[in-house]
Amino acid sequence: MTIQFNDETFRGDYTFKNSQWAIDRFPFPFHEDNYMYSVNMEQHQGGPEGSVYEKRFDVDEHYVSEMKDRAQVLAEDPLRCQSLPHMTLAGWDLLELIMVSKSEDYPDLFELHRDGNHWHWINKPMGIDQRFTFMDETTLPYGPMEYITRQTQGDFAVLDQRDDNLWMDAGMVTTQADWSLDFDIGMNFFEWHAPVPKAHEMGIFVRALKFLLNVQQGSPARRLNWTMTVNPLLDTSPENYHKWGVQKTTLTPENVGQKQHLRVELQTFFRLPRSNALVFPIRCYLIALEDVVSVPKWGRRLHRVIRDLPEELATYKGFIDNRPLIVDYLSKFDDGLATSPGIWPDKDSEPPLQA
Amino acid sequence: MSTFDFPPSILSRPVYGRLEPRAGKSHMMIADAEGAEAILRLAAEDATLMAKSNILYIPGDTGDKYTSQLKALKPKQLYVGPSYEAAVPRLRRTLLDAHMGLQVYLAGTEGLMGQAMLEATTAGIPHSAIQTEHHGSVARRVQCVHCKGITEDVMLDPFQCSHCGLNLFVRDHYSRRLAAFQGVCIDAEDPGNVPASVELYS
Amino acid sequence: MSAGTRKIAVTVSDVVKVNELVTRFRFVPTDGAPLPTFSGGAHVVVEMQDGDVTRLNPYSLMSDPMDQSAYTISVRRDDEGRGGSLFMHTKVKPGDQMMISYPVNLFALDLRAKKHLMIAGGIGITPFLAQIKQLAAMNGNFELHYSCRSPALGSYADELTTAHPGRVHVYFDDQKQAIDLETLLDGQPLGTHIYVCGPKGMINWVRDKASALGWPREAVHYEEFLAPQSGKPFEVKLAVSNKVITVGEHQSLLEAMEAAGVDAPYLCRGGACGQCETDVIGYDGKFIHHDHWLEDEDKASGKKIMPCVSRFEGKTLVLDR
Repeated sequence: MTIQFNDETFRGDYTFKNSQWAIDRFPFPFHEDNYMYSVNMEQHQGGPEGSVYEKRFDVDEHYVSEMKDRAQVLAEDPLRCQSLPHMTLAGWDLLELIMVSKSEDYPDLFELHRDGNHWHWINKPMGIDQRFTFMDETTLPYGPMEYITRQTQGDFAVLDQRDDNLWMDAGMVTTQADWSLDFDIGMNFFEWHAPVPKAHEMGIFVRALKFLLNVQQGSPARRLNWTMTVNPLLDTSPENYHKWGVQKTTLTPENVGQKQHLRVELQTFFRLPRSNALVFPIRCYLIALEDVVSVPKWGRRLHRVIRDLPEELATYKGFIDNRPLIVDYLSKFDDGLATSPGIWPDKDSEPPLQA
Repeated sequence: MSTFDFPPSILSRPVYGRLEPRAGKSHMMIADAEGAEAILRLAAEDATLMAKSNILYIPGDTGDKYTSQLKALKPKQLYVGPSYEAAVPRLRRTLLDAHMGLQVYLAGTEGLMGQAMLEATTAGIPHSAIQTEHHGSVARRVQCVHCKGITEDVMLDPFQCSHCGLNLFVRDHYSRRLAAFQGVCIDAEDPGNVPASVELYS
Repeated sequence: MSAGTRKIAVTVSDVVKVNELVTRFRFVPTDGAPLPTFSGGAHVVVEMQDGDVTRLNPYSLMSDPMDQSAYTISVRRDDEGRGGSLFMHTKVKPGDQMMISYPVNLFALDLRAKKHLMIAGGIGITPFLAQIKQLAAMNGNFELHYSCRSPALGSYADELTTAHPGRVHVYFDDQKQAIDLETLLDGQPLGTHIYVCGPKGMINWVRDKASALGWPREAVHYEEFLAPQSGKPFEVKLAVSNKVITVGEHQSLLEAMEAAGVDAPYLCRGGACGQCETDVIGYDGKFIHHDHWLEDEDKASGKKIMPCVSRFEGKTLVLDR
């Protein structure tokens, strides 16, 4: 299909909106009626047609507007994109991975023509036509990682692998769930995850690291993570927390369905060939609660998950104060019926909400 | 007693050990204030160490208390300076010519050890190969995550950022690259509601 | 093949005798599509169909990591070994079709290094050939010290010396030349990383000397693929798949599991990567651990084994596979 790109904002007047197409393909993150941490990795080798898992780098109706939002964040704070000096080669690896993937997966939107190191990249949605020399930074307007991630939805953490650990030594981070690249750059896997409660004690990070160290070329992996955000604000950064934090206090029983969003991260992991680095794209999908509950199974399930989530996790995810309001709202969409296993909406088989 | 037992914390927070003499032909010791005690102990543990050691010492508010004892160790080189900042060019010059095998020992306050470690790692020594031992004040260097300014010698939590004036709470999340802890606005969700400050570890 | 390593179908395009012991093989992609680029130090696992036996040996890639038209490896003939290298030397001919794994790197350059100091012994030169091509293209600062038996057996010594005069130093045993390791290590600037690949004795010599001179562990990298050693046959019960298998004299435990259709993960098949680590459910006998992966306490615990290189002698062994 040809994607119709929205003209929308993720700040100020918040005109962001999901179409019915986007709602139906939303990566709902709960495969059962409760939630606890798990490593939940699977191979990232495609998925059902039309789903967000189908392509290596999903492009959707929010693409052009998200890229405008990213450019605005970077103009205000260039520290959101950084690369330690030894990571330039990984940046070229990433640029190649994305250009090759997008031009193969979306030939109507992206084209890549290569003649040796002379490359020609065409990004139709963003109106970009760039000829450059691969591996020569002087032929691009930005470094290779910044250049390509200004044209790709999602945050990117580029991880160097050494001493049996992964080191966050480069990244483009403007749609983050409240963590700072500028602060975390240079940390290892355990250090940048240090503030996450409970998961260390559960051994989650030890197992996850072991898995990730062995992600091989040609065999990418993926998992989902989630949190909650008031307003469709992509840039929930610590840097700007003193500006956006107060928005959390604007929820009312009347507006919670429109204002409160479920925020889901599709995290993927690719081994980069020349640098042996690992790239960790973190793609953010937002959906208003009123759109979640339009899928009966998701409405039932989200109520149960949020209601029963351990207090520590609700605090860490930043919605502990708003939880009663959210649970009140969601309870109206939970009739107590059983839900089918798995994340898919199952609209044809799951019964509508019982009065 | 100049040592302090830090309570267990998150994995990004540095933990300090006890300096031990290590193999190597060349040794660099950087300390401030009560950190001198760790160097005096090292010298007592290994009589051969001082002849191959370069000591860089910032007495701070301990004045002359330790300097004559350090001189008496007869290290290969001893510098006693008025501030860490003043010592940095000398430290960088030393590291520029140093060879692999150089052992680095840091002792004293977190701010001193963190900044000196950053110089040593930038010069090419893995951070995990650098020994540290805490002595003296528990004051912290804290980076304001909002304006990026670093406030030195933070003893109170919350405190006011010395650059942008926001009221920040002090996290245990620590960046080696910045040699600083993270400070985050405490009243973002309820502007003006700032709890009374308490002393760190009080 | 297993555990997230994908395979590539290749055709042997050249077989070149480098010297009395070493033969070079060049593989081109059978389907003509470009091969993946890789990072210097990477290896591929080559699948050899030797009659009924499938042999899987890891070999370091020595070609230019940026060259997507072909991969090359060099194989040293081991007359005492279990037959993989002999198969390559005697059976593999230009035009043969083979399967290889995607490149896997367990011996990567630390790209932060201000200087890369490489120490090679014998056939251990091969990963450095790719690393040097990578570094030369990036204007990297490297120095190679290469020790070999004689000029006749010094694979690639001449071409390295010609291509990188001043950076490559070759030492011939038969001319009583030896690396003056202490002096070499003593003079290296901060930020230097050591890479060593060669016989076990050489790796230990470099690691021990570096440690004695105060080098940090993180700045010393080494790679040694172990070939699985032969031993007495033994019987193993695989609890998960509910099978009893016999590991033959010249077979590894991993190979015996694969022959029985039991999928076990691996990347290196040489005791280094840790992928095939297997839990022991019960045993009566003694383990013969050959790997570099398990800690001594793991080896002593009787709870873990690396089936790629380690063996067992005794009455019963039950594994969680």
